[in-house]
Amino acid sequence: MRTRLSRKITLNVLALGVFAFSVFPVYWMVLTAFKPTKEIQAETPSFFPTHVTFSHFSTAVHADGFWIFWRNSGMVAISAVLMSLVVACLAAYAVGRMKWKGRQAFILMVFIAQMTPWEALLIPMYVIARDTDMLDKLPMLTLIYFMMTLPFTIVTLRGFLNGIPVELEEAAQVDGCNQFQAFRRIVFPLLAPGLLSTSLFGFITAWNEFAFANLLIIKNQDQRTLPVWLSSFSNTFGTDWGATMAAATLFMLPVLLIFLVLQGRVTTGVAAGAVKG
Amino acid sequence: MALAEAETTTAAPAPGTGTPVPARRGRPLWARVLPYLLVAPTVIGTAYLLVYPLVRNLLISVQKFGIAQLIRGGAEFVGIDNYRAILSDDKFWSVVGRTFAFTAINVGLIMVLAILVALLIGALGKWMRFAVMGGLVVAWAIPVIAATTVFQWLFQSQLGVVNWVLVALGFEQYDGKAWFADGNSTFAIIVLLIVWQSVPFAALTLYAAMTTVPKELSESAQIDGAGSVKTFALITFPILRPMFGLILCLEVIWVFKCFVQIWAISQGGPGDATLTLPVYAYQIAQSLNRYDLGAAISMVTVLILAVVLLAYFRQMFKEEGEL
Repeated sequence: MRTRLSRKITLNVLALGVFAFSVFPVYWMVLTAFKPTKEIQAETPSFFPTHVTFSHFSTAVHADGFWIFWRNSGMVAISAVLMSLVVACLAAYAVGRMKWKGRQAFILMVFIAQMTPWEALLIPMYVIARDTDMLDKLPMLTLIYFMMTLPFTIVTLRGFLNGIPVELEEAAQVDGCNQFQAFRRIVFPLLAPGLLSTSLFGFITAWNEFAFANLLIIKNQDQRTLPVWLSSFSNTFGTDWGATMAAATLFMLPVLLIFLVLQGRVTTGVAAGAVKG
Repeated sequence: MALAEAETTTAAPAPGTGTPVPARRGRPLWARVLPYLLVAPTVIGTAYLLVYPLVRNLLISVQKFGIAQLIRGGAEFVGIDNYRAILSDDKFWSVVGRTFAFTAINVGLIMVLAILVALLIGALGKWMRFAVMGGLVVAWAIPVIAATTVFQWLFQSQLGVVNWVLVALGFEQYDGKAWFADGNSTFAIIVLLIVWQSVPFAALTLYAAMTTVPKELSESAQIDGAGSVKTFALITFPILRPMFGLILCLEVIWVFKCFVQIWAISQGGPGDATLTLPVYAYQIAQSLNRYDLGAAISMVTVLILAVVLLAYFRQMFKEEGEL
């Protein structure tokens, strides 16, 4: 009995340790962002919020170009995701619903593409962007992010599509729909949750990307994205750690929200309900 | 890739040749062409944005390609000179050694911690499990660049909380310690950062896999007198071995090609202490304008990664059975 209790206590202490270790850096970031500068620079740091201030957020938001970088990041990420969604939908349908020669080879290609070590393609991308006059331009980044998210999008959509019974479409076709109508009216609504979660993950990838944004946008500072701007925080904020942490918090916010949204509703069981009903 | 393209062109019946195409299973021509049209955007995108850069990289690595060639074009071929140059450079080999050591340390820590955390989650009560998994998701979700910024703040020399805690615990020598001025401590911080960011994915995936192992198996083992360690070694691990293999391969790949964390924190410094292959390739191309040497180093990186990838795919296809 005693050993059981001590085992339980040990487990829970360990769990608390893991929890604290995982959360602390994030907690410290947000806490610093809300702390008055005087407290940030105090000899003894305070571990709990005592005086909350929004002045660091105001500094971050009013920093030169903040809204431009925010808009750039959003635009690039959203257009890349939309492009890859459309292209992946087509490909996933061909893979999941049609028989054709070369299908296996195509799937293999997608799997390999998914594992591309993008870090090794930085140099040729730079050269290609220069040759085609695409340096310092957001469309180049959009194209790269599109390709980064495409294979993953195809693979997951194919998974979702496989979960939707073909019989549903066949029934619709018997009822007089053509293939396209059957897809639009039957498959697409069932696929929607899959589309949503896939595109949110794609958005995160594009939103966070740093290496290419850092390399391909050099001269035209107005085309920079948030990660690059944040990485050079010492140029922007000097040693103003409060503003730096506020900027990092704002940058993290959309991603954290997406994770929270996805936690609740990764819905794969929709199709099962549809058949039964 | 080339295979898929070739089949796209050959398998689609050539229109206008006059030869009547035998109507197989009564499917009209457009129905047979349709799948190829549907995958065409993907194939074209992959060809231009993935295969072409890779081929271009290979080309640059066998050319003399500096700033002059970048601006004016007309790079001349020099065969394997660039490869000879990097392979005979001592610095390259020390970078290779460091990259392997970096990968081994990180992946070792990640796998051990992930297994322990996954087992821990499985042993917890409902609420504690929820808290730990939530914490892991938070660490997983934070963008890399936000994380690098926070870690620089945590380890800041004057105001950083880590130094304060260490001093408060009685380690006076950490008062005002400049972590990022020293090679070893910078290396250690980058390892800590990568492990902190990677454990959540590995642990949560392993935990999800562990829940698929039938409870009866481990229970009967425990009835037979096996402790938790023995149960894991004799029951859980053998069943989940393929899963461990997949995660191991993924982590090796991710750590080996890791670039952003190192570049954002130390750019390979101080004094090359954190210089790994991807960072070295980038550095040589960017600061010395030796795109040819950088491309050659990238090709070596890709080759090494290809070996790990092969192991990954073998494991995956064994698992999935078929595509």
